[in-house]
Amino acid sequence: MSVTTPTSAPAPAPEQVTGRRGGGAPREGRLGRLDQAASPYVYIAPFFVLFFVVGLFPLVYTGWVALHDWDQIMGQGAFVGAQNFVDVLTGQDFWTALVNTLSIFVLSSVPQVLAALAIAGLLDHKLRAATFWRMGVLLPYVVAPVAVALIFSNLFADRFGLINTLLEGVGMEPVRWHSDRLASHVAIASMVNFRWTGYNALILLAAMQAIPRDLYEAAAIDGASGLRRFVSITIPMLRPTMIFVIITSTIGGLQIFDEPKMYDQFGRGGSDGQWQTLTLYLYELGWTRADFGRASAVAVLLFALIVAVGLVNFAISRRIASEESR
Amino acid sequence: MTTTPVPTPTTTRGQRRAGSRARRDRGQRPGWVVYGLLAAVVLGGMFPLWWSYLIASHDSTVLSRTPFPLLPGGNFLQNAATVFDTVEFWRATVNSIIVSTTVSASVVFFSTLAGYAFAKLRFRGSGPLLVFVIATMAVPTQLGVVPLYQVMAELGWTGELTAVIVPGLVTAFGVFWMTQYLRQAVPTELIEAARVDGASMFGTFWHVGVPASRPAAAMLGLFTFVATWTNFFWPFIVLGPANPTLPVALQQLQAAHFVDYSLVLAGAVLATVPLLILFVVAGRQLVSGIMQGAVKQ
Repeated sequence: MSVTTPTSAPAPAPEQVTGRRGGGAPREGRLGRLDQAASPYVYIAPFFVLFFVVGLFPLVYTGWVALHDWDQIMGQGAFVGAQNFVDVLTGQDFWTALVNTLSIFVLSSVPQVLAALAIAGLLDHKLRAATFWRMGVLLPYVVAPVAVALIFSNLFADRFGLINTLLEGVGMEPVRWHSDRLASHVAIASMVNFRWTGYNALILLAAMQAIPRDLYEAAAIDGASGLRRFVSITIPMLRPTMIFVIITSTIGGLQIFDEPKMYDQFGRGGSDGQWQTLTLYLYELGWTRADFGRASAVAVLLFALIVAVGLVNFAISRRIASEESR
Repeated sequence: MTTTPVPTPTTTRGQRRAGSRARRDRGQRPGWVVYGLLAAVVLGGMFPLWWSYLIASHDSTVLSRTPFPLLPGGNFLQNAATVFDTVEFWRATVNSIIVSTTVSASVVFFSTLAGYAFAKLRFRGSGPLLVFVIATMAVPTQLGVVPLYQVMAELGWTGELTAVIVPGLVTAFGVFWMTQYLRQAVPTELIEAARVDGASMFGTFWHVGVPASRPAAAMLGLFTFVATWTNFFWPFIVLGPANPTLPVALQQLQAAHFVDYSLVLAGAVLATVPLLILFVVAGRQLVSGIMQGAVKQ
């Protein structure tokens, strides 16, 4: 998992070009020197300018808004200190949304990583038409989450939905996908899994193909079965990539919005908030109730949650890494 | 980490050749079980799309009909026409094309520019600045939606495509991706030669950096296009019903016609078709892009 691949440059050629002293300036004169000195900064400026204006500034300013009475239309009101946070944290909705978010996140990330691992294992064979299979697995990735949500909310419809029809066909009770809390989480998680499993499988496949072949040969000689080799060699060697997959799916999963928003026509996370997530709650506060102050408080709390989960991930991955080096 | 390869009687010629490791070789061709399982995965991935087309090609009573028809009906065009009448679907398609094309072109251009600078030019602070770029990838900028919305309202951009386009003009991922690629793709000698010949900095970038960046630029463009096309949260917040992108139009269609699944799913199919076409044409590049990106992370 190195960042650069070794280049086979025969001579230690100077890696970088500008700013060299002597050796004939390519363009003579002040203009040439200015061009040389300023160009790199001009080239990278668009990213930094844009990031500060649409990324960093809003993120920091959110903290300021969260400390005020702030109406979407009326704008900034009185400074209220931590009142918005108190309101949000003492309300039931926040905690419901928090539990929903974590529940949907776990239901979508755990099966997804396991399935992606299994699919990557299948793709790691010497397949005929390998590109075809890889493309086939990736297909759901190009379907917009909004469209996925529409399709799945039909499949999971309480009446006449395909899933319930099949359940009844084998003599089971139909599941109330749109009123039972856990059932709705399963349905929403399945949308996330549908779209992202193949994508993650390809990422894991890439890492699998970088594992030295010799390891497998040695294990095969020792009589290890295919499954045994997968569990004892492939999975341990994939750890860094697994951690990458887990962290990116954490950041995305905790902000889940599209799927729960589109799960029914009202888009408010169920009659009783059964599948209202934190981002959905943020949207409701900010744009339905026009309370930007509290919406920002939720954003700050969500940010803290993402950082906390990220730190836990980081700690775990460091622990694993240090255990391995021992 | 590497163990000595031990020749065994079962070693085939194919295996020995694989010692080059250009393309790894797992010995024999897999049996039908592997193909069967993969086929099941692929069919499972296609099934929801097929299902939505099935429903979209009948009228809304189809769901309660027994036995359920297993072949498409002839109603798709009629449903599609209703979709076009109900919401600004045509306009949404044009908007999605405008937004996705502009954003991907811009991301490719600015990322190549910045990536070239980080990979090949020497300037004070380039190391820390690159670290900063990478660090911003971990920051979920979505959480700043409240002030970002205020900024757009202040600029009078709410309801305008510019509000969706501008925040996407260049991404940290793009800069990182191009930096990684250009480090190896551009021979330093070539840049020097161009400079000695009297080319300006930008001229050098344009004639040496840009041609070398093409494969990576194509992948970055594809990824950005898909991501922009499927993006919902921010366009939904900042665009009104009068000027939607496709995902926003789908949301409006659902709000207006929830019980009529045939209509709603016709909309879902219509919104997906352009990306399916793109996928058929360029899916191979998309696949190799994902696999490359993973190794380089």
